[in-house]
Amino acid sequence: MPAIFSLDPLFLGDAGNLEILAIVLAKVVIAFAGLMVSVMLMVWWERKFISDLQNRIGPNRAGPFGILQTLADGIKLFFKEDLIPDQSDRFVFKLAPYLSLVPAFLVFAVVPIGGDFSNGGDGLISVFGNDTYVQLADPHIGILFVLAMSSIAVYGIMLAGWSSGSKYPLLGSVRASAQMVSYEAALGLALVAVLLKTGSLSTTTIVREQAGEGPEFLGLFPMPDWNVIVLGVVPFIIFFIATTAELNRPPFDLVEAEQEIVGGFHTEYSSIRFALFFLAEFMNVVTMSAVMVTLFFGGPAGPDLGVLPAALWGFVWFFAKLFVFLCLFIGLRGTLPRLRYDQLMDLGWKLLIPLALGWVLFLATLDVFSDRGWTSGGERLVVTGVFLAAMLVFAGLLMVAISNGKKARERDGEEVFG
Amino acid sequence: MVAQNIFFGIMAAIMIWAALRVVTTKNVVHAALWLVIVLAGVAGQFLLLGAEFVGVTQILVYIGAVVVLFLFGIMLTRASMGEDENVNLPNRIVPATVGVLLFGLMAFATIDYWRDAELPKDGSPTTVEAVSDSIFSDFIVPFEATSVLLLAALIGAIVVARKE
Repeated sequence: MPAIFSLDPLFLGDAGNLEILAIVLAKVVIAFAGLMVSVMLMVWWERKFISDLQNRIGPNRAGPFGILQTLADGIKLFFKEDLIPDQSDRFVFKLAPYLSLVPAFLVFAVVPIGGDFSNGGDGLISVFGNDTYVQLADPHIGILFVLAMSSIAVYGIMLAGWSSGSKYPLLGSVRASAQMVSYEAALGLALVAVLLKTGSLSTTTIVREQAGEGPEFLGLFPMPDWNVIVLGVVPFIIFFIATTAELNRPPFDLVEAEQEIVGGFHTEYSSIRFALFFLAEFMNVVTMSAVMVTLFFGGPAGPDLGVLPAALWGFVWFFAKLFVFLCLFIGLRGTLPRLRYDQLMDLGWKLLIPLALGWVLFLATLDVFSDRGWTSGGERLVVTGVFLAAMLVFAGLLMVAISNGKKARERDGEEVFG
Repeated sequence: MVAQNIFFGIMAAIMIWAALRVVTTKNVVHAALWLVIVLAGVAGQFLLLGAEFVGVTQILVYIGAVVVLFLFGIMLTRASMGEDENVNLPNRIVPATVGVLLFGLMAFATIDYWRDAELPKDGSPTTVEAVSDSIFSDFIVPFEATSVLLLAALIGAIVVARKE
């Protein structure tokens, strides 16, 4: 078996082909079903939670607490009439929902969703005597695959808007493509911080590096060795904001801003094709939350508290962390007003990208000086101080450049916001 | 390696067909989409060779950024739905000749240089570490030259886009 797709010991051991096939198939089914069920629950939970925030009841008819509402909606959408606009590009119009759904699925394949990382474990669990990772694939390129898929996901939205052959969807797609291309840069730069520390693109390695105990909190008790703490909180915050923008979630949902452009790219979609877009959107929320848990919060790594077998604690920790992120996304939707388009572009280009770049340089500087033996607290403080001073100068220059640009545009009689 | 050869053939056939469609289709957006298929084929060929990093970078850069910007530009400016009669240049002979000559030159150079080279038979992928080691040691000068070139292009684009 060539190791093109995986570093998983399952393929390197002496397990029979049939056995490997059975285990891989089981993993595919678990990943697929797990993702579908969590998306279903996510949609229900979002509607419930946001109703609570808005003093409403929310769905409460289908099943206990309305938990089957998503299922009922899905069945309803299946049987609705499927409309294709007369002016549309029929083939592309039908293709677009799948272009949006498939990448959302594929990202989940490289996310470790369980495994025993406690007490220096390496994340392997044993299935019928064969050691394997609890993720569909662990390629060398791991996290780059996530970026590649999220960049393909733009196509679904762009082509949906264009192929509808009407104005508002087209505006939605143009907004979407500009927004997603802009924030991908900040996303990638925040990711570089994680890769600098881990030295590997493989998601399993990234999680393994975060297992165990990290620095002490004020010398009182050890904190977990999560990247969010070790790298300083900044890369995580940048990644989180950029992810929210990539997902077109509020407050960055200009792509489908109802008050301005009807439904945006999916205005003309109905029936099951609309359901696929809807599904893809929520699936992306779940998978990107899972990616953030993996990158910054130690994924399935966590202490083994007994009671359950050690192999199951990975699942518990992973889904607990995932749930916190999902609630965070819903909370943002319930509380923040939508950004204006110029604010969106300013935030991405003038704040997030320079900040992410500066922070990566900062981490790299610290790394270089610890290689030279500057490891004590005082020496690190000196490096930090000098670096901060240099960065402040650069930030000042950037601000001057921005305000000069604004003045020049005002002089030319252009309308300038903010 | 037999399976790899078969898939190489299939993908190469699809790529050639898609490449022909890029230049023959009269709808600009469709041309961009056919280009995506060609580029995805290139990424697939890299994966077949075990060059995972290059393959994914191909997807990330060309499909995820370059063609998206093409499409963005098309949508922002014309976005015509149907067939566009003005897409085809009246003079096709010169570009076609240049294309054929360029293909011949590159094919000759490739075959001449790697005539006797053999790919490793075990099919093990090239790791990211190996790629970065060779970029930052053996190929550091071309790498830096490319970076400076890209920076120059970036600054050039800004200068062109400015009003005065």
